[in-house]
Amino acid sequence: MKTLEVTGLSVFRSGKALLMDLSFTLNEGDWLAIVGPNGAGKSTLMKALCGEWQAEGSIRLDGRSLASMSPRERSREIGLMDQTAFGQFAFTVEEVVRMGRYPYRRGLLHVGDPGEDEAVARALTQTGLTALKDRSVLTLSGGERQRVALAQTLCQHPPLLLLDEPVNHLDLSYQQSLYRLADEWRRVPGQAVVTVLHDLSAARRFATHALLLCGGRALAFGPAADALTDSALQAAWGVDVAGWIREMCGVWK
Amino acid sequence: MKHARTFGFVLAALCLTSLTVMLCLCVGSVPIAFQDTVDVLRSALTGAARDDTLAMILLRRRLPRVLCAALIGASLSLSGAVMQGLLRNALADGSTLGVSSGASLGAAVAIVTGVSFRLGGLADTTVVAILFAGLSLAGVLGIAYALDHSLSTQTIILLGVVFGMLVSALLTLLITFSGEKLRSITFWTLGSLASVNDASVRLLLGALVPLGGLLLAHADILDLFALGESRAARLGVRVRRVKAVCMASVCALCGVCVSVGGGIGFVGLVTPHMVRLVVGPSHRRLLPACALGGAIFLMLCDLAARTLFSPRELPIGVITSIIGAVVFVALYARRGRQHEDA
Repeated sequence: MKTLEVTGLSVFRSGKALLMDLSFTLNEGDWLAIVGPNGAGKSTLMKALCGEWQAEGSIRLDGRSLASMSPRERSREIGLMDQTAFGQFAFTVEEVVRMGRYPYRRGLLHVGDPGEDEAVARALTQTGLTALKDRSVLTLSGGERQRVALAQTLCQHPPLLLLDEPVNHLDLSYQQSLYRLADEWRRVPGQAVVTVLHDLSAARRFATHALLLCGGRALAFGPAADALTDSALQAAWGVDVAGWIREMCGVWK
Repeated sequence: MKHARTFGFVLAALCLTSLTVMLCLCVGSVPIAFQDTVDVLRSALTGAARDDTLAMILLRRRLPRVLCAALIGASLSLSGAVMQGLLRNALADGSTLGVSSGASLGAAVAIVTGVSFRLGGLADTTVVAILFAGLSLAGVLGIAYALDHSLSTQTIILLGVVFGMLVSALLTLLITFSGEKLRSITFWTLGSLASVNDASVRLLLGALVPLGGLLLAHADILDLFALGESRAARLGVRVRRVKAVCMASVCALCGVCVSVGGGIGFVGLVTPHMVRLVVGPSHRRLLPACALGGAIFLMLCDLAARTLFSPRELPIGVITSIIGAVVFVALYARRGRQHEDA
């Protein structure tokens, strides 16, 4: 991908407006952090971006409308990782990760592409799951499940990687490696990252751009440092967020 | 290495299936020696048909029955495994979702009313059974979905039970007013393979080969469904189309099975559960293994049905339902424990 253009995006579910008239542009090499209080519409935006939820307005990837792509084509361009469970069947970690290759399988019998084994092995290594690859996904901890979901999405290898609260359940060392992974991802030509983040310090530190949502509307959009100003955060949360973050960081001085 | 293991599994399963076929051919009210059975089969295959009593019993009576048991077992087990994958629920099955009972009602209605509803070479009873199977599934799932968007186990099971009771009441009503036309209520609720013939084998084979093939081609997609519909959609699956195709195939398979063997319950619940313990949940292995496992399971159940209290014959559903009830409780208990852990 080169550019993602979102214009006049609105999402309505059962008569309620969840997102109103959002417009922004994302280029290759960008990392967009979507931030905002609970219920601001962050996850809704992610679901609209990957085509799972119907949306009004237009989403264009390199000039092509998302709505005009087949589900299969879309799944080779955009991948979303979120907080979903793995059902009740005891698939192994490797089996679940391998399912990420489905968009690349061909023919009636869904024959895997030659790069499949390598892609699976790489995704397992990147998420530190190689040792767990034969474990049942039903026996994993929350953090391990989160890494399996991430590995599946990496295996899908979408140029536009969407991560909805990717550091949930992760301990600090895996949080660090996740941020590093996303940073490397966006630096590959033709790739970009969008993440929903609650950790505003991480958003300022790693993301190139930020979109501040509140009540389904955009309060600020731009380079992360310009969008996440003290006053904008105060407006979104109704409390002095920046002051709180400084106070928390101060304890380590 | 991995391929060698898969090959070994397939070979072992095929051997086990053939052995079961031979066992079921040899054992019965008239025991037939293994060597005699092989001789008769060989002469039938080479075209030199024998017409002694032994050959008559084997080829006319026992072979169609054993083959029907195998084909119905394979069809019902495959259907069960597919439903479970689609609905992410190990308790989903033709008998818990009302598909089988709906098909029974359909077949009975067709016989009583004498509607003529021929479609190609299919008999009225088969066509109406398939139709009712589809309507029942749509009805049960529709109501379940309206009551509870997440299609939770409790909702589905409760509705399935209520629907099953409603159908057996309606069947009893039909039978009361139909006089001699309709076979006993036992046939439609518990099934029997006592009166199958060559035509039944052809019908079952004609349904299983194309529909089973179609379902097997969906193995990869069912894996994605088993993790969740939204995940499947994100990975490029056309969720609604796949669901419609799979459900329709399952209803057709169940309808054909019921029109031949009556309402044989719980086969699609028992086999996939057992098979999953051996080959794991991946549908590429699960579906073919279920087809063979189901064939073996139902052949053995039928063998038990016709030999345990010989010369009296048990309805085959008595055996499958007793085993099915135990497995159902075991599965439900395990799910309960999993929920407590989570």
